[in-house]
Amino acid sequence: MSVWRDRVCERSGALLTELGGVSAALRPSGALWLTELGVLAVGDLHLEKGSAYAARGQLLPPFDTADTLNRLEGEVEALSPTALVLLGDSFHDRRALSRLSRADAERIAGLGRGRSLIWIVGNHDEEGLQAAFGTGGDGLPGELASELSVGALTLRHEPGDGAPGEVCGHLHPCAKVVRAGRSVRRRAFVTDGLRLILPAFGAYAGGLNVRDAAFNGLFARTPLVGALGDRRVYALPFGTLSGD
Amino acid sequence: MRASLAPAILPQRFAEWFASRGWSARPHQLEMIEAARARRHALLIAPTGGGKTLAGFLPSLIALADRKRSGLNGDRPLHTLYLSPLKALAVDVHRNLEQPIAEMGLDITVEARTGDTNAAKRQRQRLHPPDILMTTPEQLALFCAWEGARTYFANLDTVIIDEIHAIHGSKRGDLLNLGLARLQTLSPGLRRVGLSATVNDPDMLRRWLAPQSPNPSSDEDGLADVILGAAGAAPRVDVLISRERVPWSGWTARHAMAEVYDAIRSAGVTLVFVNTRFQAELTFQMLWEVNEDALPIALHHGSLAAEQRRKVEAAMARGELRAVVCTSTLDLGIDWGGVDLVIQLAAPKGSARLIQRIGRANHRLDEPSRALLVPAHRFEMLECQAALEAVAANDLDGDLARTGGRDILAQHIMGCACSEAFDADDLYGEVRSARPYAELARSEFDRVVDFVSTGGYALHAYDRFRRIVKGQDGRWRVRNAETAQRHRLNVGAIVDIPMLSVRLASSRAGKRVGGRKIGEMEEGYIEQLTPGDTFLFGGQVWRFETVSGLDALVTPAPGAEAKTPSWGGSKFALSTYLAARVRQMIADEPHWAVLPTDVQTWLAAQKTHSAIPSTDEMLVETFQRGQRAYLVCYPFDGRISHGTLAHLLTRRLERAGCAPLGFVANDYALAIWALRPMDGLDLDALFQEDMLGDDLESWLDESFMMKRTFRQCATLAGLIERRSLGAEKSGRQVTFSSDLIYDVLRRHQPDHLLLDCARSDATSGLLDIGRVGRLLARIKGRLRPMRLTRVSPFAVPVLLEIGREPVAGAAADAILNLAADELIAEAMSSEPVVSSRLPA
Repeated sequence: MSVWRDRVCERSGALLTELGGVSAALRPSGALWLTELGVLAVGDLHLEKGSAYAARGQLLPPFDTADTLNRLEGEVEALSPTALVLLGDSFHDRRALSRLSRADAERIAGLGRGRSLIWIVGNHDEEGLQAAFGTGGDGLPGELASELSVGALTLRHEPGDGAPGEVCGHLHPCAKVVRAGRSVRRRAFVTDGLRLILPAFGAYAGGLNVRDAAFNGLFARTPLVGALGDRRVYALPFGTLSGD
Repeated sequence: MRASLAPAILPQRFAEWFASRGWSARPHQLEMIEAARARRHALLIAPTGGGKTLAGFLPSLIALADRKRSGLNGDRPLHTLYLSPLKALAVDVHRNLEQPIAEMGLDITVEARTGDTNAAKRQRQRLHPPDILMTTPEQLALFCAWEGARTYFANLDTVIIDEIHAIHGSKRGDLLNLGLARLQTLSPGLRRVGLSATVNDPDMLRRWLAPQSPNPSSDEDGLADVILGAAGAAPRVDVLISRERVPWSGWTARHAMAEVYDAIRSAGVTLVFVNTRFQAELTFQMLWEVNEDALPIALHHGSLAAEQRRKVEAAMARGELRAVVCTSTLDLGIDWGGVDLVIQLAAPKGSARLIQRIGRANHRLDEPSRALLVPAHRFEMLECQAALEAVAANDLDGDLARTGGRDILAQHIMGCACSEAFDADDLYGEVRSARPYAELARSEFDRVVDFVSTGGYALHAYDRFRRIVKGQDGRWRVRNAETAQRHRLNVGAIVDIPMLSVRLASSRAGKRVGGRKIGEMEEGYIEQLTPGDTFLFGGQVWRFETVSGLDALVTPAPGAEAKTPSWGGSKFALSTYLAARVRQMIADEPHWAVLPTDVQTWLAAQKTHSAIPSTDEMLVETFQRGQRAYLVCYPFDGRISHGTLAHLLTRRLERAGCAPLGFVANDYALAIWALRPMDGLDLDALFQEDMLGDDLESWLDESFMMKRTFRQCATLAGLIERRSLGAEKSGRQVTFSSDLIYDVLRRHQPDHLLLDCARSDATSGLLDIGRVGRLLARIKGRLRPMRLTRVSPFAVPVLLEIGREPVAGAAADAILNLAADELIAEAMSSEPVVSSRLPA
């Protein structure tokens, strides 16, 4: 296994790697940047999750959508991608679109201007997206897809049958590190060079520990975990991570 | 003089009962009866064993003895409510009250109600109230949220708050006081009674107990009457001067265990107090190692299974034990009649706590209680000596008055809305009659109401999801029954630390499952263990196997060596008051003569090799040791304040280019180590008060302590639910992550109510920033720098803590870095990675 540390980009803090022959930067924001192809991918935005909880009586701060869009716009501005791919569960539930504020809807429209915007269908937002893109729908910008091929890579929401070059989300991976009497839990990329799972990008998306059984059998060899720090991604050996 | 009044004050039947027991009613008991007749709120201050509880209840018993039954079922409304901070106490006092009632043949019903009371009993108490109900503050909060509370409490005559000194200065106290205000509204003639141990500032408690009015007509308005019980004989306190050398550091008093055992052997029944659960476990094990006479010695602390604790308490009550090793779970009220010796292992941290602990021994008021202090190391020697002198002078450390938490207020307002519709003006007046909220501005009150209703967000996104709604009549009501139910499920002021149940591992169908429950441990501790690690619990050594769901599974490992826990020491910090005394003792050279030879030699060595600071100086030593440069300073201000100070200093040292790596702090000193020497720095600039400005703000924002504080506020205020309807899950599974909320709020609405709350909490309690501020002001311009060529005698104790304490001062990213480095190391060499050690 190559030594990852010297492959952290000084300027951006991204972990530089390769997947299916394609150069990839795993950015500290949790976004995937396919450098040569100009494709930016993020997963599991779960927009309007805050308002979903509010409707059920827990009044979480309603800023999660704005916060997620802030960070997404930041990445788009920094990188000027030709294509922006949202890897599923972009909306928290099927009514999320209707709870979206006008201002936020405008911002989403803005994300689709001047580039391709592809919405990959997830398990939480399938119904909502179908409705939006169907006849007489709300008119979200961009296009709907169940998966997307980019070079030798396949981008989809949930992990599939294990064909190499797969990039997906859905699992919201988190790495837990216990050192010097402290424990730290951070969202993380997980990859074995054949398959890559993105961390959730949404402000309230939460995470599942990579040592959880849900991750068993997904990787052909012991994967590397890229934990999101403040300004850079830390490459961590899977074996030293703790379960919950 | 009093004796001639006695027959008039005490009714015949009661006077006869006293006589039958060979007692005479004490002056303070009679004064309590008189206060009741005059319908005055009263605070009784008396040491333990002074007949305090009986004094509290006598007026109610007298009134009830004559009360007739009426109504269809002979139901009478609730007359007296008794509140105690400990569940066990409520149950215990209940038992004690049954005795006079039975012996006098009084027709009075007494019941207890806690979180443990079963549903059928609770239902019955609601429909058929007892005359006297013994319960906890958490239950009171629940009562305030009952529909029909108004009817239930309409005739409440008296409320008794026991151990009031232990509860007033906390969020629990805030919630309790708001509850009292509510009861006062529901029953305007309500009389309040407080029972307290001796305190430094009785007036503060008198004020806390009484309803406050916005326009006091006199100085005595808003103060309960105070009644003093006779002071007991002065306690006899000794400091154990061990034949063995007093160690340099550590907190187990291990060196003196044989002598402690001797003391237990010579006494009848002993309570051995320690400050932490781990100390309790270790001490218990060490005592049994020297227990040649096989004396029955038991262990008692909060993490043991309830059943285990009950067994110990019952054995104690039956007189079957010779000693109990315990933590503060036994600090409060329960009367252990036969205890004749109290041993305090390692320093007591405060004189008030010490005096209260000494009060446990020997209930005969006229005989002196005996106590033995056993310091664990040299600085503690000084602390014990200071405590001794404080006890002799009956000097107590003070409590600062606190402003009521707004998160607590939010919870209370929600409860009120669940009970009945409220008018904001009326409720505001009621809330202000509670002392902790006496200064609450109307605008702030409205802000909290808005928070309860919509979450208080600048983005008015949640108007349609309001939890409480203002009706046409201008009154606020809870949105619906479900919201009210949710509130009642989550009521209370104790925020649980995530705990795991420790269970015996057993196999079922080849899978590891949890068997018998041994107790509970903080999640944070279990996290640090890897399968195979051994640790002490319940007096035995266990091997940690795995975590399964909510359980930590263990197997017995008798005879194995228990791994030393990495634990942050005592949860109590040295009180300001004792700290000042210790500083004085050090500076007063002639006074050293009362100290043991060991310690005198040590102080003399410090004088030779470094310096002894005067009372208003702070000593700052710098020296090099191996590859590291050290800065050690001695603020003597308590571990918590030192920790905060150290975090701030570290940031400054970083900016000064010294590359600090970590720090360690105890109650006396703090030590920071760095790559580059710090002796050339401008120390005055380093310790300047302005570090409490921007430095503090930015550190607070990032610190995980702040996140923890925020989590507590968010939970108490009802933003995050601990318990959900229809689900029996632990806090960590279902509760929405407060960290995510914290980050988003900080970025989008930094002045949100809950962030303000968290910051206030940090300023006082958890990070003791107020105390740091006072410290910095005190030492300003009074630093005594010493550049040394080697470690000073004073520095040794704190440096020895390195390796025992977690490396503090490391931000989350530094932790990630440590782990990442291991990958490199692994990749670069073929040897296994060694975890980080002591700095060289």
